[in-house]
Amino acid sequence: MQDTRELARLMQEKAELVSAKVSTVAKIEDAFNYAADLCATKDACQLLFAGCASPLSSPAEELCETKAPERIIAAPGLDPELFEQFAAVCEKQGISLLSHGLRQKLAGIDIGFTIADYGVAATGSLVQSSNDEELRLATMISEFHVAVLPISKIRATSFDVEEALRGWAKDAPAYTSFITGASRTADIERVLAIGVHGPLELHILLLEDAPCKTHEI
Amino acid sequence: MQDARDLKEYRAELREALENDFLRQAMDKFALAYPVGRAKAFTGMDPEACIRDVVKAKDASIARLDELYEEFKKNAEAAGVVVHLAKTAAEANTIIGRIAIDNQVKKIVKSKSMTAEETHLNRHLEALGLEVTETDLGEWIIQLRREGPTHMVMPAIHLSRYQVADLFSEVAKQKQDADIDKLVKVARRELRRKFAEADMGISGANFAIAETGTIGIVTNEGNGRLVTTLPRVHVALVGLDKLTPSFHDALTVLKVLPRNATGQAFTSYFTCITGASACGSAPDGKKKMHIVFLDNGRRGMAKDPLFSEVLRCIRCGACANVCPVYRMVGGHKYGHVYIGAIGLILTYFFHGRDKAKNLVQNCINCGACKAVCASGIDLPRLIKEIHSRIQDEEGHPLSSTLLAATLKNRKLFHGLLRAARFAQRPATGGTPYLRHLPMLFSKDQGFRALPAIAAKPFRDMWKDLKPTARNPRLKVALFAGCALDFVYPEQLAAAIEVLAGRDIEVDFPMDQSCCGLPLQMMGEKDASRSVALQNLTALDPGTYDYVLTLCASCASHIKHSYPQILEGAGGAAVKVQSLADRVIDFSSFVRDVLCLTAEDFEAGAGRTIAYHAPCHLCRGLGVTEQPRALLKTSGYDYAPGAEEDVCCGFGGTFSMKFPELSAALLEKKLDTVEATGATLLATDCPGCVMQLRGGAEKRGGKIEVKHIAEVLAARVKGR
Repeated sequence: MQDTRELARLMQEKAELVSAKVSTVAKIEDAFNYAADLCATKDACQLLFAGCASPLSSPAEELCETKAPERIIAAPGLDPELFEQFAAVCEKQGISLLSHGLRQKLAGIDIGFTIADYGVAATGSLVQSSNDEELRLATMISEFHVAVLPISKIRATSFDVEEALRGWAKDAPAYTSFITGASRTADIERVLAIGVHGPLELHILLLEDAPCKTHEI
Repeated sequence: MQDARDLKEYRAELREALENDFLRQAMDKFALAYPVGRAKAFTGMDPEACIRDVVKAKDASIARLDELYEEFKKNAEAAGVVVHLAKTAAEANTIIGRIAIDNQVKKIVKSKSMTAEETHLNRHLEALGLEVTETDLGEWIIQLRREGPTHMVMPAIHLSRYQVADLFSEVAKQKQDADIDKLVKVARRELRRKFAEADMGISGANFAIAETGTIGIVTNEGNGRLVTTLPRVHVALVGLDKLTPSFHDALTVLKVLPRNATGQAFTSYFTCITGASACGSAPDGKKKMHIVFLDNGRRGMAKDPLFSEVLRCIRCGACANVCPVYRMVGGHKYGHVYIGAIGLILTYFFHGRDKAKNLVQNCINCGACKAVCASGIDLPRLIKEIHSRIQDEEGHPLSSTLLAATLKNRKLFHGLLRAARFAQRPATGGTPYLRHLPMLFSKDQGFRALPAIAAKPFRDMWKDLKPTARNPRLKVALFAGCALDFVYPEQLAAAIEVLAGRDIEVDFPMDQSCCGLPLQMMGEKDASRSVALQNLTALDPGTYDYVLTLCASCASHIKHSYPQILEGAGGAAVKVQSLADRVIDFSSFVRDVLCLTAEDFEAGAGRTIAYHAPCHLCRGLGVTEQPRALLKTSGYDYAPGAEEDVCCGFGGTFSMKFPELSAALLEKKLDTVEATGATLLATDCPGCVMQLRGGAEKRGGKIEVKHIAEVLAARVKGR
């Protein structure tokens, strides 16, 4: 077993290689503040800089217009007590915090906030068991995905989470994702473009302690 | 897509592709960038070892496909999935169409699936009146253009941003800028609506993990996750070859797949789905999930001793990325649905002889695909095997049959070569080149000067050249090969100069003949086997310590193909391995066996020299250091060039069949040589000498092309 610090360092290095933004937080409350601040300062619609200005077909435009003017963070799967805490932080900044109902927000939300089950240092990947559809959607339809990763949950390679993957699958149904950086494509002229279907930014918050509930295998 | 009826039509299509400047530029850029990205992704790892692990895992799964299917089905069904097995492409399409109708589906979103391309699933579903939208950006683009992919991983690599902007302008009925970032966001927003409206999602799968009934999907864009999450019905179409026993094996493959495909350590997303999960859009809150396994010949292939390794393919696309021919003509001309080297093979099995017959001839046999394959598939060999099968099924063309009949009979063949010396006289004008080609070969061969047959073949010079060895420490058989014996005997004479006086007994067994590689290239398996046996007898391995050859192609053919060709040939099979073990190329012999040092060469600086690495030396025999080291040891100023190990375009009979491709490859090669500033170019294969010297001569003769034996002989101290 590699030293935890060393794994966290490697996790950060590899995640940054795929343009994830990695910070360290001492407590989960710091993660709430980070997400709320990020939400308050980001552009209202992150697509603006690259896309909203481009005209769409009318049905696509209609969907886009359903996007609420308010700022939204979705944090499904969070422990109710923590959710309350987080909601209070958000309220101060005029942000709505949702725990469900994301199917009604397919035009997009500002931030999806999740707590990852594991990190794989070798590739800078997050492992997220997301059988809950709301949790899954939060990582798909958000413009930014903010993921908290308890440092104690960082493993060296994907083979170190193999048992966990098998455990979840045996307890089917199961929907498990490895998330490595933001959504990307190079399908036009092999030029890298970020945020084709999923989040445009991935923020990883390495959490020093680990009081939050994650799956234990 | 392959629609050409014959080789002539196919060649016309190839010429058209060669004239597509955007395609050529895009492919060149990609060809240069890919090896760099791949190497970077494997930094600190041993790619060969990772690939061996994949081979082991895949071979074990292929051997128990039926068993794994049963195990997968049991586990997936326990998790609420309906599992189907379709024998054919049509059956798979029918099953999926029925699922759509039974569930009152109107709109379908799809994530990328090569298997669905294989079955032409969209056509079938659209004929049923269903709306199908591809959501992978590249796949959506080609769907809008109503064409097939040109790369397995980057399906729209042949298109420019301007073409995409025009396409999206039509879709949105609004003018779009040709700005890639903006176009990507337009796709995001246009397709988001499709996700929101769809009743059914269709995905492929990279893995079907039997131990839990899980499918694993590798994606970068994130569309696969939306496709498998939002609609109330999910159908996964999966080739049986994707079955794997465990998560462990899937993770083993994943160590290689993204690195080999796109130079990524990992893709953005790897999604594992086990069972029908909760789904907000389903009336009962539970997703309907179906997994359709496709056989389409895979179970038969799994049992074939030769072709079972085709099922190891993990669809990374690397064989196309490094293929010099794909680079010239792109995927529409270098495949049918599946493209690249593996595509040439899969086309025969999945889409039939008619689609494959021209394609399989378009392999230059440079081995670049084999060297990069994520699962160690011997692609060039299997391509040739299919070519040979097609000829056996459809009849051999006359030229090929004649070649076979001639080469099988050494005396007839050598007699013809001698006769050719007289027949060519009016064409050479007394120069070492054929100035006016005989009619048979003249067509489209004008891009290089072809050499004349030598006045005296090496075999007739031998008794005068044989070096004496007073206390021989090694006994060596010289294997000439046709080109050296009859066209370039002076290269062998130069080699003798380097070998002489070093206590090596050198023999030239007179019964040796063509190594048989041209026959293999032409799909003439029987004749190829016959000459292999003749050479095995002539080069009796019990008699010699080494079988030395100056032709990298002969060397790699004897070393690696003879044991395959003569497999099961009784006593010959034992002997052939012994022959293969003794084969050595000239550079390795001089460097590693003779161990010549700077002392053995003239003092003082030699000329600036460039080097071309023959395919069959650097990849065929894995020899890369020795020739370069020798150039330096012998006092030359070696000027490394770009892409030294990319094919010169010769490929033996390939250059006769596809002169336009051969010419384009040669052009590129000579450009890189000229860029080094050297006026002397060395290489280790007479075929490459023939091609490069002929091309250099056409360019005005600024570059002198020599076999490495000649450049060493020019500086070796006499003994």
